Amino acid sequence: MCGIVGIINTDGTLIDGSYIKEAIRIQRDRGNGLGGGFAVYGAYPENKDKYAFHIMYEGDRNSPVIAKVEGYLRTKTNIYQSEQIPVYPNKRIARGPFMKRYFLKPIEEYMAPEQTEEDFIMEVVMHINGMDDVFVVSSGKNIGVFKGMGYPEDIGDYFRIEDYKGYMWTAHNRFPTNTPGWWGGAHPFTILDKAVVHNGEITSYGTNVRWLEMYGYYCLLQTDTEVISYIYDKLTRRDGLTEEDACCVMAPPLWEEIDRTGDEKRRYLRQIYGSAIVNGPFGIVLTHKAGAIVLNDRNKLRPVVCAQAGNTYYASSEECSIRLLSPDVDRIWSPRGGEPVILHLSEEGNRKVDS
Amino acid sequence: MSEMKNNWNVIPEFHPEFDLERCDYENGCRECTKECSFGEIALKPVKGKDGVLRYRPWANLSSCNACQRCVKMCPQKAIHIVHNPMYTSHRYWTAEHVGNIWRQARTEGGVLLVGSGATGPQRRYFDHIMFDACQVTNPSIDPLREPMEIRRYLGRKADHYGDEVGPQLQLDVPIMFGAMSFGALNLRVHEAEAIATKAVGTFWNTGEGGFHEKLRSYGANTIVQVASGRFGVSEDYLKSAAAVEIKIGQGAKPGIGGHLPGEKVSEAVSKTRMIPMGSDALSPAPHHDIYSIEDLRQLIYAIKETTEYKVPVSVKISAVHNVAPIVSGVARAGADIIAIDGFRGGTGATPLQIRQNTGIPVELAVSAADARLKDEGIRDRVSLVASGGIQSSSDVLKAICLGADAVYVATPVLIALGCNMCQRCFTGKCPYGITTNRPGLAERIDVTRAAAALNNLLHAWAEEIKELMGSMGISAIEALRGNRGRLRGVGLNEEELRILGIKHAGA
Repeated sequence: MCGIVGIINTDGTLIDGSYIKEAIRIQRDRGNGLGGGFAVYGAYPENKDKYAFHIMYEGDRNSPVIAKVEGYLRTKTNIYQSEQIPVYPNKRIARGPFMKRYFLKPIEEYMAPEQTEEDFIMEVVMHINGMDDVFVVSSGKNIGVFKGMGYPEDIGDYFRIEDYKGYMWTAHNRFPTNTPGWWGGAHPFTILDKAVVHNGEITSYGTNVRWLEMYGYYCLLQTDTEVISYIYDKLTRRDGLTEEDACCVMAPPLWEEIDRTGDEKRRYLRQIYGSAIVNGPFGIVLTHKAGAIVLNDRNKLRPVVCAQAGNTYYASSEECSIRLLSPDVDRIWSPRGGEPVILHLSEEGNRKVDS
Repeated sequence: MSEMKNNWNVIPEFHPEFDLERCDYENGCRECTKECSFGEIALKPVKGKDGVLRYRPWANLSSCNACQRCVKMCPQKAIHIVHNPMYTSHRYWTAEHVGNIWRQARTEGGVLLVGSGATGPQRRYFDHIMFDACQVTNPSIDPLREPMEIRRYLGRKADHYGDEVGPQLQLDVPIMFGAMSFGALNLRVHEAEAIATKAVGTFWNTGEGGFHEKLRSYGANTIVQVASGRFGVSEDYLKSAAAVEIKIGQGAKPGIGGHLPGEKVSEAVSKTRMIPMGSDALSPAPHHDIYSIEDLRQLIYAIKETTEYKVPVSVKISAVHNVAPIVSGVARAGADIIAIDGFRGGTGATPLQIRQNTGIPVELAVSAADARLKDEGIRDRVSLVASGGIQSSSDVLKAICLGADAVYVATPVLIALGCNMCQRCFTGKCPYGITTNRPGLAERIDVTRAAAALNNLLHAWAEEIKELMGSMGISAIEALRGNRGRLRGVGLNEEELRILGIKHAGA
């Protein structure tokens, strides 16, 4: 069991983190204090042309791994700015790992010919995650992830997320069952601009991991959720699938339905991406810089409710979170299993975010 | 073994015993003598109290193979088979070794020949692998309530999104019937296989003995084989089926050719194989046009050209030490499907020493091959089929979790048709009418009933697979392929666990 909330303003309006903190707070029963976190899109407008790396170091500011990682980063990227992420220890969360954020760009001459900037950055992330005592919390442009051990509202206080503004937010309240609770294991999970909050357990994990490894994605964070962000990244960014098709791969229609409708495109997708199917119960909110996807497993074994209020869309494990923020939504519905809800920024929103 | 036993003076390993209290010989019943195809049961005249001469059944003590045919067919249930194990007092020189040497010493140096798969004490890894199941944190799925998908597609998938996929075989159950030739089997068995696979939506394999004209209408569910003897191979033959399989080797006899004794080459067999009646059908050990991987590539593409790239080409190899790089090479040579046959695989006839001592277990072979293909980034270029000693639906699913896309089963087909594993397939005297073309014996197979039995078997295993998947919270079988995370080993050492890619139970 876990709790998730997502908020997107399709017109690009920025809101601060206090709203989502309240929304996830009332889902307290869905977690157990072993993980909470937030993703915010639009957090760093002044640095939005650079990759924002949030990096978590085990130990304190004197940990030797920091120099090692920064040394490595300097061989691969130009670091334009680096700083300690401000934290505000409180009664419930007295201390955490040392965290820094970096705004950086790849050094072009170190990129392989034909290699895209994103692939290069991904390699850097995978390399750092392969080291001991360190991992990359987020690595996308203009996005930031704040997460750790504790209830999400306490994590929110620890990072004072009300100080950040974004046009899209996700939050997660964790109740870990099959993998240990640790700072790096909290959600959201990200790669580049993709972030996932996930309620569920992925029974296809072993199959997914092996498939991802063929393409240079290594799952090193001891949790099943990261595969979703990697699968989605591989499908949409690398292979150029539409969001609908990517969802069709992760939660495919039944063969019987494909036979009946004669939809050869879907048959093709299911045939070639068999190992990217996500099985087991899940409800996810998957965000990327231009929108969000809400998806349930085919059997709808986890709750997800969606709602719309003007230009604001919500997704939540429980309706109460939505009603708290917006008692009179225009529309509220429960998406069917396997049928994605796909949300995009409006033209205006894109303009606003890009400007 | 029994034929040879005549020559040496020991009690035969098995013999039938007759309960004359129950036996109906007094009324002229002679069922057992008719049923015994090995010539073990004779009739012995006995004079009754009334002075009338009657014939009672009599064990010749010469050639019983414990096939149990007489036991099953006796209307009075008056027969049982007695096992007379030979003992030696020496713990190293057991009866098996002593017996084998005696046999060879007294038979002018014959190579010991046996049927069926290896019987040795090597570990059966399937038995040391346990499935995961859902508890609390995720719900198991009830296959009676929720859709449970076990369909597989075999064939080359696209390397990149947008590339065309190769021709595919659609399997509605992840189980196919492995190669057994016409000649080794009789036409009735082939027909039953064809009917059942068509009904269930999967495939059977002709083996290397050609594809009988009568069954060509089942081509859409048939895989035809091209082996080193090239029996029955023609353009029509290649185009008549859903896939073509090049047989490089089989698990029961890696590196060894085939031998169908002339006694089994009847008129129909001779026509289908395109060889003279009564002549031995010898498949050479290697293909005489394949001495290296590039030769295999040429044959693969010769077949693809002939079949106009409309059907997948499979390559079947024995599981041998270097299986992983071999599979990688075969995949790169253009195979769409690779069948890996473990050393437990069955056969009609193989030299005993080869059967017992050559090859490796399919569990390790498939896992190693899957891992190698993954590491090279070409796993989806080819489908893997595991075979050789698969005994149950759980073995099927374990093979899939270890990286197979589907499996071949063959011995279970024979068993479903009545086989009692007496291992005398090569004699042509199969008492159940399965591995024989002799008139009078072959008719013991009723095609309709045999097809129904195979149909039942496939359905039963499919249901069991769905149950197992449901307990693991899996609703689509592709989510289990290579999913070693749902397996744990019990009693395996670190090296075994490493090769299988699984953790030990408790970890």
